[in-house]
Amino acid sequence: MRARLLVALWLLASLAGCGIEPWVKPYERQYLADPLMRFERDPIAGAYDKHVNEAREGARGAEGGAGVGCGCN
Amino acid sequence: MLPEERADAMYHRYDGGGVTVDGPAVLVRKNFEETLSVSGSYYVDFVSSASIDVIASGASEYSETRTEYSVGADYLYGKSMYSAGVTISDESDYQAATYSFGVSHDFFGDLTTLSFGYALGQDEVSQNGNNEFDEDLDRHTFRLGVSQILTPKLVMDLTYDLITDEGYLNNPYRSYRFLSDPLDPAAGFQFAREVYPETRTSDAGSIQLRYRLPWYAAVGAMYRLYTDDWGIDAHTAQLSYSHVLRQHWTVDLKYRWYTQTGADFYQDLFLFPSQDEKDYRGRDKEISEFSDQTFSIGLSYKRPLEWRFGYQAGMTLQYDRKMFEYDDFTDLTREGFLPGEEPQYELDADVIKLLLTLWY
Repeated sequence: MRARLLVALWLLASLAGCGIEPWVKPYERQYLADPLMRFERDPIAGAYDKHVNEAREGARGAEGGAGVGCGCN
Repeated sequence: MLPEERADAMYHRYDGGGVTVDGPAVLVRKNFEETLSVSGSYYVDFVSSASIDVIASGASEYSETRTEYSVGADYLYGKSMYSAGVTISDESDYQAATYSFGVSHDFFGDLTTLSFGYALGQDEVSQNGNNEFDEDLDRHTFRLGVSQILTPKLVMDLTYDLITDEGYLNNPYRSYRFLSDPLDPAAGFQFAREVYPETRTSDAGSIQLRYRLPWYAAVGAMYRLYTDDWGIDAHTAQLSYSHVLRQHWTVDLKYRWYTQTGADFYQDLFLFPSQDEKDYRGRDKEISEFSDQTFSIGLSYKRPLEWRFGYQAGMTLQYDRKMFEYDDFTDLTREGFLPGEEPQYELDADVIKLLLTLWY
């Protein structure tokens, strides 16, 4: 089990280091940079939608809004 | 990359099931030196409620105000972003404070973003008209997220949230009902204060996809699976379509579907009252078996400005129609039925958001 974990960590480290070539080049990201491609275009409205649902439903969490970057800078 | 600098002012209104909640909200974000982003928000709910729970318990309509403030900061260091924030919520019988921390890092030529977050919530529950009632609730939230660029036109988000609570989880105003005589429903029913567990742990995982179409439009899809140790299992699915018209206008259409099972200790009608503090009893419709649907339409207008205080302004109007159908929560306002034979409750709600935005 520990050996598998170490192999997985080594693979991840080598991939993060220099292994993988980005398969979507920076100059191919013009569509992704458009606000239309965001999961949540207006954070204030998205937060309100979650509040409305969580007050009335039993489920909570993991509903959108992870919202971290588009890798287009 | 830091979030964009913008100021939003929003009016929001929810109207359904005898409940009206409206108020303003403001969110302002300012960046410094391309490494630090600071945000502050203010949010108010003016609540006026004559809901089925209020009416069925014999209480009269009530009004209250909830005010929420929050501040946050994001610090960019290389390919990592460190975030921290505080949110304070205040109403006459509930005070809540949430402290959150997060870190995210870009990998593989910025195609992949891994994020981790933690939030501590500390709530104080009181009861209007009962000065001796004072309870606490602590909440820990752990979040793992992956954002992945799959192709030049397709992005994906995976999110996992583990949330655990410890403390007073009841609503102090809610009651369950039980038969006055378990052998004779015609003898009617009585109400008693709910008895809830003092802990709750939930897992939720979601996948979101967004795809840019050949014309100036995008489609999105989301699915979330939820489960907790109260016995509630839920599924959420959402489809969305956004279309840009004549450069300045955007139309957003959205459909959301949600369904859940009821908590193990939920019943619409109990045969007996609770025997002790571990004999849990609940009749909140939020933990019953039900499903709901939301149809949403939004229209946004955005145009550039030649103004020293901002380069772009926008306005968005969004309307949601929500429909709730309960499978195990009967409508006690309907008379002439034996206990347990009342028709199931349903409610429809209208939600409106009007948003003004300035980018600078």
